[in-house]
Amino acid sequence: MGMAAAASESRFHVLAVDDSLIDRKLIERLLKTSSYQVTTVDSGCKALEFLGWSEEERSNPTETSVSPNIHQELGVNLVITDYCMPGMTGYDLLKKMKSSYLRNIPVVIMSSEHVPSRINRCLEEGAEEFFLKPVRLSDVNKLKPHLMRTKFKNIMGNQEREESKEEETGIRTQKQQNVGLNKSNAMRKSSDHEGLSLDGLRQKYSGFTVITLLLSLVFSLCFLIFG
Amino acid sequence: MEVGQLQRSFLEYIAALFREGFLDGQFSQLQLLQDESNPDFVVEVVSLFFEDSERLLNDLTKALDQQNVDFIKIDAHVHQLKGSSSSIGAQRVKNACITFRNCCDERNIEACLRCLQEVKQEYLLAKTKLEALFRLEQQIVAAGGAIPILDEFS
Repeated sequence: MGMAAAASESRFHVLAVDDSLIDRKLIERLLKTSSYQVTTVDSGCKALEFLGWSEEERSNPTETSVSPNIHQELGVNLVITDYCMPGMTGYDLLKKMKSSYLRNIPVVIMSSEHVPSRINRCLEEGAEEFFLKPVRLSDVNKLKPHLMRTKFKNIMGNQEREESKEEETGIRTQKQQNVGLNKSNAMRKSSDHEGLSLDGLRQKYSGFTVITLLLSLVFSLCFLIFG
Repeated sequence: MEVGQLQRSFLEYIAALFREGFLDGQFSQLQLLQDESNPDFVVEVVSLFFEDSERLLNDLTKALDQQNVDFIKIDAHVHQLKGSSSSIGAQRVKNACITFRNCCDERNIEACLRCLQEVKQEYLLAKTKLEALFRLEQQIVAAGGAIPILDEFS
């Protein structure tokens, strides 16, 4: 069954990780209000379990173009995690994901404490956003661009994923230059302004990426049918 | 009492809670998340907060009563309580927790005991006021009215 069809028909699925029951209830409500499908777990370990992490997959990290696709079919499009958790912290979870076949799933970190070094560390490790708790609807609204970007990438096969990785590195380099300022809501007022210019840049890349990827898809399909 | 009067009492009561610092903007955020499909969301979350807080306050009392006080554990409990009070907008409880954490840092048992008392007091006040607010809501609904939203703090 066409992945493109599956992806467009289903809602985005967000996995929320937090050891606090109250915060899980809150984030679940926030995400459902924004029409996302939500799964909540209370630890980093359970998050990895849910994402299909196993010893087997660890020893064959990118053996496949198949394995990552399967996980996208299981349908987690974004992980939002608390930073401070007993055992595996949100940062540990982020690192594990980014150094594995789960690296293409965008990760957002939440924390009740505004520690600039913590924020920078998470963003440098590959987190898309850093939200200060308590998280609000206006924060959840910031998730959409990250989900849309990943959705287009995941429609493709491995070859296209390689191309898009290069794009992503370009974006991430840009991001690292703006680290700490744009991506956390810690400075809500100034971040709105700077966030706009970064979004503009990202849209420029997205447009280009979309055309490239669509063309590649067409060629791949032609090859498959007629080749 | 007729609905209009009940609604006015409700608005005055909740406005006072904001004015006196018992509640902050986060409580309004909770109200925004409540709708016809989740009509009891605020009560549910606040009830979870009550259960969670009472458990934590008990644990804190026990922990401070030990021969060898484990300040790391105490700090962890207070951090949790600070987080949950912040998540529901219980501002004065949250602030009392912040003060408590400072005392933990100083590893001062006497100061911690005073802080615990303060947090307990603020918690009981918050609980009493929120329960009164929810009773007012129930009265409005029972009288066939809708619960008004206080706009200025959302």
